[in-house]
Parts: sequence; structure tokens; C-alpha cells
Amino acid sequence: MPEREQKRRQPSQRQQEEVEEPAPAPSKQGEKIKAELDELLDEIDEVLEENAEDFVRNYVQKGGQ
Amino acid sequence: MAIRKVCGIETEYGIVLRGVGESNPVTASSLLINAYVSQQQRKVEWDFEDESPGRDARGFAREGAMAPEVETHLVNAVLTNGARYYVDHAHPEFSTPECAEARECVLYDKAGERILARSMQAALQVLPPGQDIVVYKNNSDRKGNSYGTHENYLMDRAVPFGRIVQHVMPHFISRQIYTGAGKVGSEVLTGDSQIPFQLSQRADFFEEEVGLETTLKRPIVNTRDEPHADAQKYRRLHVIVGDANMAEIATYLKVGVTALVLAMIEDDYFGDLDLTLAAPVQAIRKVSYDLSLSVPLELADGRSMTALAMQWELLDLAKKYAEDRGLEAVDDEVGRDVLERWEATLSALEVDPMSLSRELDWVAKYQLIDAYRDRHGLEWDDSKLAAMDLQYHDVRPAKSLFARLDTEHLVSPEAVDAATTEPPPDTRAYFRGRCLQRWASSIAAANWDSLVFDLGSDPLRRVPMMEPLRGTAAHVDTLLKGCSTPAELLAALES
Repeated sequence: MPEREQKRRQPSQRQQEEVEEPAPAPSKQGEKIKAELDELLDEIDEVLEENAEDFVRNYVQKGGQ
Repeated sequence: MAIRKVCGIETEYGIVLRGVGESNPVTASSLLINAYVSQQQRKVEWDFEDESPGRDARGFAREGAMAPEVETHLVNAVLTNGARYYVDHAHPEFSTPECAEARECVLYDKAGERILARSMQAALQVLPPGQDIVVYKNNSDRKGNSYGTHENYLMDRAVPFGRIVQHVMPHFISRQIYTGAGKVGSEVLTGDSQIPFQLSQRADFFEEEVGLETTLKRPIVNTRDEPHADAQKYRRLHVIVGDANMAEIATYLKVGVTALVLAMIEDDYFGDLDLTLAAPVQAIRKVSYDLSLSVPLELADGRSMTALAMQWELLDLAKKYAEDRGLEAVDDEVGRDVLERWEATLSALEVDPMSLSRELDWVAKYQLIDAYRDRHGLEWDDSKLAAMDLQYHDVRPAKSLFARLDTEHLVSPEAVDAATTEPPPDTRAYFRGRCLQRWASSIAAANWDSLVFDLGSDPLRRVPMMEPLRGTAAHVDTLLKGCSTPAELLAALES
């Protein structure tokens, strides 16, 4: 599988900026995907829980495996 | 020759009762399940006769081991599709029936979601106005409390447990790159920089390499030795390290690849390949925190390798294994499909992980949340993003963020619907399901490896099912069709 061998990345130490900004390297497809997501984002506020802070705070699950 | 990797998934769902001040999750879970079951059928109780979750695969039993989760007063039902639906700890839990291969496992995992969604509808009809129950198929409340999604695989008892641990641990750690369900933030203090987003829901909660626990000091490889089958011949590998996946392809790869890896372990096919990690507990978090998929992990032999490189090694071995030994243990057709998808997934992860938003949960979730963050100029610790993380897993079709995404389907909605009531044809779940469909009122109790009939006059009669691959449609359909009463069935089984 020589093609794949070429594609394999060299392992590298994690860079500090990667820790702060987790987005993997932007790709050609990136913009297209963003455009598709835009449509979804236009309507998403209608389904999102109204008070995010309360919703997150009140979501407590005790006793699980 | 490896035995058939019969498999199944148990999912503990997060639960919220809304419209009341303080809600008791145990009561809410019971109400949810009862509402569904009473709408569907007469309830058949689970039978705890053969449960022994305190047994350890390493060969010892915990002192005075009593199943911590065996609380017989809690709701516990067996469904006509062969599944178990019950209250475990403080959660509703759905265990799929035994499945003969990974695609079927995806089908029943999705059927479980649909059953939970119907349960919420049913609960609405019995709750006072203004109250409702909502369930989430995820693994964390974001406050350090985790609940499990456990996989189970049938293994040959003759395989030394040490060999399983040696080879399955590196797989469990590295497979996160495609099995992770994604999580905003982290629930452990890493002392590191802040973790804005990580691959896995569960990685934060693993503190040991190998052990029996499931609720504290969780081990990467769980040693619970409770085969629910002939204990001389079989073991059931109980896998507690996985995430609850919404994406069908993620579940398919999680179960399909793991079954393949276990078949290779069983056939002692690893040869010189040893990916043992120097520090597995640290490694599982390193992999989860590394969205660039480039952080090297130190192996016990001194080499370093990324999780992606480890998966390539396993794939290369599996392709050779398929040529040499065939894929019968994981179903030939499904096995080939899994190999192809596995390779395509690793290639895409290498070139452009973000291209996998139709296949993998962590990618789909990351993209959605990051796009929202970008549009509104939010920081990663904004509670709106945490709320979106939770709502991705909302099981209600109208509220689920996952359901709004255009992800790839492996099973049709019609098939999922049928699987909510029909058992899988190729395991003993078929016999269990069919008997429940026809004679629920004569079945006093059921569990994984037996059915107990109550014919009214005689003592209760237990029908053992110690072989997971017997009781299939091929075995018992003619027999069942020839019997019009449970008494006839029992007589025929004894003759």
C-alpha cells in the first residue's frame, strides 16, 4: 500500500496553538461544509433549549456505570 | 477457528423528569419503562437465577460478591424482540438481544432508541400535565458523573485472558479516533491546558488498566466473568470503555472492528505484533484530547506510535487474517464490508478528518458546535455549546441535534421499526422473542440463558438456553409452528 504509506503523517509533538484552537488543519472541503451547516444554523435556534445555562446546570445524573 | 462473535450493546440513558422541583431518577426510569411496557404487552419479569456480576475473569470471585445492580424490586422487562429493558442504578437501560453480526447490532441499537422515544410518548399520557420525561443517549452529565454503554462479545473460554488484555487494550485506546462520540470540554483536572473539545465521552473516567469495577475506578478492560451461556465453553467479554454512538457507521465500526480484533486474538493471529502501551490510562486520555490525531503514544517496547498508526497496524493484520482464515466468525459479508469501511475511515482520518461528518459522531458534533461558536463569536466554555453537546444526544426526534444532521444510514427506518418487536433470526434471542410473542401469559420469567414457563398446574418449568447460537429461526421455526400451546412446545422439547 505505497500510496497510503506516503499519506501517513509523521508523528509530531502537539503544538501549543493546537491545544488552544482544536480545529484540525482547514481543508478544501471546509468551506463547503460550513456552507451546508449555515443553513442548519439558520434554523437551529428554534430547537435549542431556551435557557442553556439552566439546562446544563440542571442536567445531573447520579449513579451510573 | 474463532467462534462466532455474537454481540450486543447495553445502553444506560440519561434521564430528566421536567416540570417538578426535585426528580427521583429511579422513579422516573420505572415510570418510563412501565408506561411503554403496559402499552405494548403483558410484562414478563427478568429472572435473576443465573446472574453473578461479581465473578472475575481472572479466576476469583469477589468476597461475598453480590451483584450491586441486582435490585429485584426495580422494573425489569423482557421484550418480544428478545431485548431487556430495565432500571439499572438510576437510569433506564436497554440491552439489545444477542446479535449474530455487527450490522444487526446497529439495527437493534437503533431499535432501542426508538423504544426509548416511544416510552417518552407513553409516559406523557400518564404524567400530570406540565411534566415530561426526556432521555439522552450519552455518557456524561458534564459534572463528573458517567453512565455506560457496554458492548458484549462471545469468546471461547479456552483463550487465556491475559492474551485478550494484551491485544484488546491497544485497540480500545486507539479506536477512539472513530468510535468517539465527542465532548465539549473535560471533566478531569488535567493540569494541562484547557481541553475545548475531545473525541470521547468516556475517556475522562478511566483510572485503571484491568479490573472488575464499572462504577468507580473504571478499568479499560473489564473482567466481569458472567457468560450467560455454558461457562465451560464460553466467556462474554464485557466492554465498558466505549461511548454511546448516535451515528450508525460509528456503531458499526465500533462493534465490527472489535469483533474482528477479538477473532484474531482468539485465533492467536497477532504473531510478533505487540502494540502494548507503556501507560494505557494516560494514553486513553491523550488520544481523546488530540483532535489533530498526531500525538505519539509510547509503547512498552520503547517505540512511539499514533493511535491512527496503531489502527493501520491492526487493519493490515486483519486483511491478512481475512485472506488466511476467512471471516466466518464475524459473518463473511459483514466482515468484508467492515474491512472496507475501516480502511476508508482511516484514510479519511489521515487526510481530512472533517470529511467524515456523515460517518463519525465526534466529527459531526465538532463541526456543528464549532460552526455555531464561530457564527456567534462564543468561547468554548460558553454554556450554549455545552447545551448543544447534550442536545446532540436528545432521543426525541424533534429535539435531537443529531437527527438534523445528514448522517449515513446503514439500516432502514422500516427495519428499525420491525426490530422494536421482532427478534433477530440467527441467535437464541429468536426463541426467546417468539415465545414471548405467542405465550407471554405462560412465561413466568426470562433471562439471557433460560425461559421459565408456568403452565398453571405443574411446577414451573425452566427451558435452558446455554448455547447463544441455538434457538435460531433455522433451528426452531418448524418446531414452533407445529405447536399451538406452550404445553405442546415443552412436550416437544422433551421428546
